[in-house]
Amino acid sequence: MSTAALETSALCKRFGALTVAEDIHFRLEPGARHALIGPNGAGKTTFVNMLTGRLAPSSGRILLGGEDVTRMSQRERVRRGLGRTFQINTLFRSLSALDNVALAVAERLNVAPRLFRSAASQRMVVEQSLAVLEQLALADDAQQRVADLPYGKQRLVEIAIALGMQPKVLLLDEPAAGVPSMETHRILDVLDKLPSEIAILIIEHDMDLVFRFARRITVLTQGAVLTEGTPAEISADQRVKQVYLGEGS
Amino acid sequence: MSHAGGYSAASHLRWQECLPWVMGVAAFFLLPEYLSLGARILVFILFALSLDLILGYAGIITLGHSAFFGVGAYVAGILGAKLGIGDPLLQLAAAAVAAGLLGLLTGAVILRTTGLTLLMLTLAITSLCLEIANKATHLTGGADGLSGIVVDPILGLFRFDLFGKTAYLYVLLVLFIGWFLVRRLIYSPFGASLTGMRENTARMHAVGAPVYGRLVLVYGFSALLAGVAGALLMQTNQFVGLNFLGFESSGELLVMLILGGVGRIYGAFVGPVVYLIAQDQLAKAYPEYWYLGIGVMLVLVVLFARGGVLALFDRLLHKLRRGAT
Repeated sequence: MSTAALETSALCKRFGALTVAEDIHFRLEPGARHALIGPNGAGKTTFVNMLTGRLAPSSGRILLGGEDVTRMSQRERVRRGLGRTFQINTLFRSLSALDNVALAVAERLNVAPRLFRSAASQRMVVEQSLAVLEQLALADDAQQRVADLPYGKQRLVEIAIALGMQPKVLLLDEPAAGVPSMETHRILDVLDKLPSEIAILIIEHDMDLVFRFARRITVLTQGAVLTEGTPAEISADQRVKQVYLGEGS
Repeated sequence: MSHAGGYSAASHLRWQECLPWVMGVAAFFLLPEYLSLGARILVFILFALSLDLILGYAGIITLGHSAFFGVGAYVAGILGAKLGIGDPLLQLAAAAVAAGLLGLLTGAVILRTTGLTLLMLTLAITSLCLEIANKATHLTGGADGLSGIVVDPILGLFRFDLFGKTAYLYVLLVLFIGWFLVRRLIYSPFGASLTGMRENTARMHAVGAPVYGRLVLVYGFSALLAGVAGALLMQTNQFVGLNFLGFESSGELLVMLILGGVGRIYGAFVGPVVYLIAQDQLAKAYPEYWYLGIGVMLVLVVLFARGGVLALFDRLLHKLRRGAT
C-alpha cells in the first residue's frame, strides 16, 4: 500500500467521561476527493481540529505523508503541507483580499519575518497571491476590503487563503456553509478546478455537493466511523439512511 | 492615507508625511517661548508611536506601557545621578536596552494570554515597577523623585540650555529616527503579519505563523521605544518621578492615541499635540477644572469622530472631493 497523504490510527478524544472521537482509523489517499459526513454533533469538527493540531488527541496517532505529527504544533503541520479552511469565516476582515492571501503566501515563502524591505515590493508574494485570486475569479476584488465583499465571495477568499499555502492536504470545513443553495454551484465550480495533486477532505452538510464532488465518503456518528465507501455504496447503505433520515424510517 | 501597510499598500513617502517635520522645525523658529512644551509633545509623540505599534497594528491591548517609559527614565536618571555617567547618548542607549529587555521578558510571560487577562497582567507589571521604584529609595529617591541628575552636553558639544533649544532639536532628531524605524516596520512583511494577528489570530495560526514569537518581538521593540521616550523626558527635565511609571500615565497616553487615531502612525502625532496643548491652555484658564475639558474632548471624539481626529480629517477630505466632482 502506498503512503497515505493523511492517516489516523485509533484516534480518540475524551473530555472527562464524554467521548467525542472514538478509535478513528482513517486514510486519505494522495489526490483524494474524500468527504466526511455525519449528523450534527457527530464529531466532525473535533476530528478536523485534531488533524490540524488545534486540539490534542487523548490517544492514537496522526500521520502526515507517513510522518508522525501527533505531537506537532499547528505551525509545524502547516510547514509539512497541511492546509485548512474554516466553517465560520476566519478572515482578516479589514484587509484587502490580496493581503488575505498574501499573508499565507508570505509565511510559505518565509518572507513574513522580513523587517526592512516593504511588503509591497515582495513581488513573489504579490504575484503568487494574485494568481490564486485569479484562479478563483477574484482578481477584480483583489483591492477590496474583505468585509465589504458579498458573503459568497468571502467564502471563496476563505479557500483562497488555504490555496496560498499550497497545501498537499487540504481540509475544507463546510466550504458552502451559509451560501444560498442557488449559489453553491459556484463553490463547487471552484472545488472542481482545484489542482488534482492536492488530497482533499471535505466536511459538508450539503449532500448534493458531497455526492457531486467526492469519490469516497466516510460517515461519522457519535464520534466513531459508521462506514466508508464510494458515493454509490453510501447512498445505498440502510444505516446511513437511518442516521440521516431519522431513527423511525 | 491610513497607513495600514500590507502587500497592496504603496510604501513610498507621501508629501503629507513631511508636514510634521516641517511644522516641527518651523515651531523651533517661530515659537521659541514654547520649546519646553514642544519637547514634551515630541516625547509623547514617540511614546504614543510605540503604543500605536502594538495596540493599533499588532492588536495587543495594554494599560501598562508606562512601565517601559518609567524604567527607561529611571535607568537613564540613575546613571546620571548615582553612577556619574552623564553622556546623554549613553543614557539613552542604556534606557533602550533596559526597557527593551523588560519588554521581551514580561512579554514572553504575558503574551500567552489575550483580552482582559492580558490587560490585567499589563497593569500588574506596571504596578510592580511602580512599587519597586517607590521602595528602592536609595536608588530612585522614592516618592520624592530622583533629582540632581547630571546630563552632559550631547557629544560633548551641545549643552542643554535654559531655553530648551538643544533639548527640542535633540528630541526632534530622536523622534525622527524612531518614526523612520516604525514606519519601515509597518510597511514590511513583518508589519503586515502584525496586522494579520490583530485581525485574526486563529487564521494566522492556521497559515503557520509563529504568532507568539512575533508578538513578543514587537512588544520588546515597542518597549524599547517607550524606554527611549522616557529617558528623553528625564533628560529634558533632569528629573524622574513616580508619575512616569503610574498607570495613570498609561491611561493618559491611551487617551492621546485615541484622540489622534489608532493604527495609522500619524494619529500618534496629532493626539499628543491636541492633548498637551489643550492641557496647557486649559490649565492656565481653569487651573482646577482642566481635566473636565479633556474629558469633554474625549467624549466628543468617541461620539462623533470614531477613529480620532485624523479619521475626521479623512472624512472631510472625502466629502470635499465628492463635492468638487
